[in-house]
Amino acid sequence: MSRRALLKQHQALLCLGTAVGSVPLRSIATHRLPPRADEASLYVHWPYCLKRCSYCNFNKYIPRSQNHAVMTECLQKETQTLLQLSQVSRISSVFFGGGTPSLAQPSTIAAVLETVSKNAHLSDDAEVTLEVNPTPAGKASLKDFMLAGVNRFSIGIQSLNDDHLRILRRDHNSQHALQTVSEARTLCPGRVSVDVMFALPGQSVKSWESELEKLLPVCDDHVSLYQLTLERGTQLYKQVESGELSVPGDDVTAVMYKSARRDLENAGFCQYEVSNFAKNNAVSEHNIGYWRGHQYIGVGPGAHGRFVPRAVGGAQREARTQTLEPDVWIREVQHHGHGTRRRIQLDHRGLLEEVLVMGLRMNEGITQQHWELFSPEADLKLIFGMSENFQELQVGGLLILDDRGLRCSWEGLALLDSILPTMLLELEMFFQSKGYQEDAQHLRNTDIQRDR
Amino acid sequence: MHLPLFRSHGLFLPFIKRFSDIKICRIKRRSQGCMSSCTVIRHRWMKSISPVRHFSSNGSEKESFDMSEFPVERIRNFSIIAHIDHGKSTLADRLLEITGAIAKTASNKQVLDKLQVERERGITVKAQTASLFYQHDGQTYLLNLIDTPGHVDFSYEVSRSISACQGVLLIVDANQIDLKNADPERVEKQIEKVFDIPREECIRISAKLGTNVDQVLQEVVNRIPPPTAGVDDLFKALVFDSTFDHYRGVVASIAVFGGRVSKGDKIVSAHLGKSYEVNELGVLRPDQHPTETLYAGQVGYVIAGMKEVKEAQIGDTFYLHKQPVGALPGFKPAKAMVFAGMYPMDQSEYTNLRSAVEKLMLNDSSVTVQRDSSLALGAGWRLGFLGLLHMEVFNQRLEQEYNASVIITSPTVPYKAVLASAKLIKEHGEEVITIINPAHFPDRSQVVKYLEPMVLGTIIAPDDFTGKIMSLCQTRRAVQKNMFYIDDHRVMMKYTFPLNEIVVDFYDQLKSMSSGYASFDYEDAGYEDAELIKMDFLLNGRPVEELAIIIHKEKAYSAGKAICERLKDSIPRQMFEIAVQAAIGSKIIARETIKAYRKNVLAKCYGGDITRKMKLLKKQAEGKKKMRRIGNIDVPKDAFINVLKRT
Repeated sequence: MSRRALLKQHQALLCLGTAVGSVPLRSIATHRLPPRADEASLYVHWPYCLKRCSYCNFNKYIPRSQNHAVMTECLQKETQTLLQLSQVSRISSVFFGGGTPSLAQPSTIAAVLETVSKNAHLSDDAEVTLEVNPTPAGKASLKDFMLAGVNRFSIGIQSLNDDHLRILRRDHNSQHALQTVSEARTLCPGRVSVDVMFALPGQSVKSWESELEKLLPVCDDHVSLYQLTLERGTQLYKQVESGELSVPGDDVTAVMYKSARRDLENAGFCQYEVSNFAKNNAVSEHNIGYWRGHQYIGVGPGAHGRFVPRAVGGAQREARTQTLEPDVWIREVQHHGHGTRRRIQLDHRGLLEEVLVMGLRMNEGITQQHWELFSPEADLKLIFGMSENFQELQVGGLLILDDRGLRCSWEGLALLDSILPTMLLELEMFFQSKGYQEDAQHLRNTDIQRDR
Repeated sequence: MHLPLFRSHGLFLPFIKRFSDIKICRIKRRSQGCMSSCTVIRHRWMKSISPVRHFSSNGSEKESFDMSEFPVERIRNFSIIAHIDHGKSTLADRLLEITGAIAKTASNKQVLDKLQVERERGITVKAQTASLFYQHDGQTYLLNLIDTPGHVDFSYEVSRSISACQGVLLIVDANQIDLKNADPERVEKQIEKVFDIPREECIRISAKLGTNVDQVLQEVVNRIPPPTAGVDDLFKALVFDSTFDHYRGVVASIAVFGGRVSKGDKIVSAHLGKSYEVNELGVLRPDQHPTETLYAGQVGYVIAGMKEVKEAQIGDTFYLHKQPVGALPGFKPAKAMVFAGMYPMDQSEYTNLRSAVEKLMLNDSSVTVQRDSSLALGAGWRLGFLGLLHMEVFNQRLEQEYNASVIITSPTVPYKAVLASAKLIKEHGEEVITIINPAHFPDRSQVVKYLEPMVLGTIIAPDDFTGKIMSLCQTRRAVQKNMFYIDDHRVMMKYTFPLNEIVVDFYDQLKSMSSGYASFDYEDAGYEDAELIKMDFLLNGRPVEELAIIIHKEKAYSAGKAICERLKDSIPRQMFEIAVQAAIGSKIIARETIKAYRKNVLAKCYGGDITRKMKLLKKQAEGKKKMRRIGNIDVPKDAFINVLKRT
């Protein structure tokens, strides 16, 4: 109870775009390290699925047999290694993603969380999310996951239309989805999110709208809305290429997106990011961390991280990727304590690029204070204010730059991917005009192979 | 002069079959028929040479073959003339085999066509020479076969080759004598009708099977006269071709019109007055075969330390140092009929492409080059070609032989304008100016009139297609000159066309509407008055310089609409609406609208994988840098390529 109240408190007003979040701002003027280097969120990747969905090209494996004990041990080991490497004192949130992490044993989740607690401070309030496949089995284990420490569920219902679920080759139907959501809401009221997809094969604006209508009364306080992306190499891609299936065109998906935004807002949801909507301020703290450019540690096969490896004297944030294939990753963790495959150092500009790209996805955009944290020497107005290309976007009503900060307008948010290349170029030009020494340039694009 | 000869081969195009092998071989004497009209004009200088056939046999060289063993009376220089695809190169292969120049194997295909493009397209682009030794009546004859390109675009090459010959073989495809739809009788009748050559003089052969090929060689000896050159005259040779060898410099093909030349001799170029020492000379069999000396009447190659092809100007005369002779009349330089822009795919490739173009030009002096630059495509060139096939072949050679990736813009033709005022004439230095680039198109107020290049086109097709072809020609502003049946159901039509109307897709359309049966050839027909206008293309009201075109008034509307549509399809949607317009002066004649993007944002970064997203965005940002900005519109290079390139 008290935890929920607290969460709500520090997330209040987020929709209005005035709050910056729970963590007090700190200037890095006195630090050499990038901001908030002593705190991070944690992403844990569970790479296994029961079935291959027709649209998914993510890092996942359909195992013939699975050794939960080994996997648990390795996730724990890597968590410990990377936490120690980062020297963070606090883990602000944990997210179990996949794959299908609801196929993991609750004891595995508990063990990882325990490891976290042993190596850093994990507050009782900290958001711990688990992605759940809404199958009967998934539903049955929700309670055990809660006991293991999970306090937020993200349920991949994807669609409430059984035809669509079959095309997507999901291992559940709409009935399962509704039952799982209902169970999760009972267990974890106000802390349940649903993932829904639009622009599905054969979907019309009308059918999408009626699906949303069905969804709104049953969902909890958080909705993630994703447009189906056709990824090369997936079965769905081939089906669309061959003409067997067809997906709605750009104009139709634009209408779908727009009507979903409108309907969700009418239902009391506030869009706080391109794809994310919350009511009662039930935002995902973990995801907000990504968009605000906070540090995160990625554990598990193929997981990504962004943190300063302070234990080895690192002073710069690194983009890190763990080894993709679970078997190889397991061997590496067993031998070296971690399976980091790739490390790329982010220089000052590289970091600002990520802050910009991620920040503009949010409704609140990038506040002056948020930007100052990363760029104390040049504020948003100095960098973008004078640019003709930027002003064009501003005059066109797509971007807003004022004392609060830089953000997209309602219309602009829908066009973000067209806006960002221009903004990245402006940032680059600013750096060039200032003659910034990109001393780490040579490192930026170099893969640093782990010494074995 | 030689063109009538060539055009006439178009007659038999309906018989085209890629591997057709039966030919009716017609051997002509210089004194009769159209061949003579060609040789008379090209070979004025030959006539002036006294027909001395004296021969001295002081040859002491220990060569595998001593060229002194071949006096002029046992030399025959000849070409084979045929339309593309009629099997000329196959016959050449057989002749080479029969005379032992190459071993007889199954793999001899187009031996003389050395270029990849020639082999792929089954055409000859570059003339080649092969010296054959042929036993006839107990004596060895030297037969010099000078292979020539078969397409009108390469008539320039052909005319040079013919200037070194005393006779030609004319090959006409009769659609495979060994197959059942072969119709040699009808083809003989056509030949009689069109060329006025008695049908009895034709030889029916199959080059593929070798049928009657030996008879061809006998007739070459019997019916083609030997060259009229004296070995005791002063050395005098015509440069009829040149190629460039990276290691040895210029290799000049020469026909010796008098005297002799040996290794170590000092020779002089009549054109430049520069002297060179002969490092190597020899005959082509068809590979280079060095000899000590070349004698009057013979054909061979000379390497004399020339660093640039310009030094071995085709049509130039070589003579011995301190023994000057009157220069042989040269050739009229080839005239470019079709122009196109050429740009590297990537500007960083510019230097490489330049050197590739330069090298290729060493071997093809008929291409004209002018530096050009486009705001969209960067630095490049405006190249002038003899015709469309020539342009394609040049482009293909660049890609294949130099691995260069290029953008070729849609071809244009050279227009002319007659200037209106004395002031303008003074400014331009001439009254009639040639306009290659639309940017230089003078305003109507500055000119008396505009002129456009015309061609006389000949179409031959089965009469079933006459109606369709006539309406196609009508849409191309063609004027019919005449039309007659060349046999029971085959029609020959002559039209004058504006060259501009046929440079892009005319031939393709003609082919497809006649199921491939119609043939088309054309020749230069001077300039005629034309109502020309310059059409601009605007994006949100701003003209895009590189898209402007010069076009006939009648065609402006349809062309404007078509290009607007192409632009619409190739410019990606942006965050605002884009008006694509075609304009003549201030008048808009066509418009298309590119609707604004309404949504362009995608979901989620799975598990914090923002690297992929960043990469994609950075790539887009880089791409944006390379786009051409017109007003606030980003136009990718691809859009320009789609609109400008040949389709």
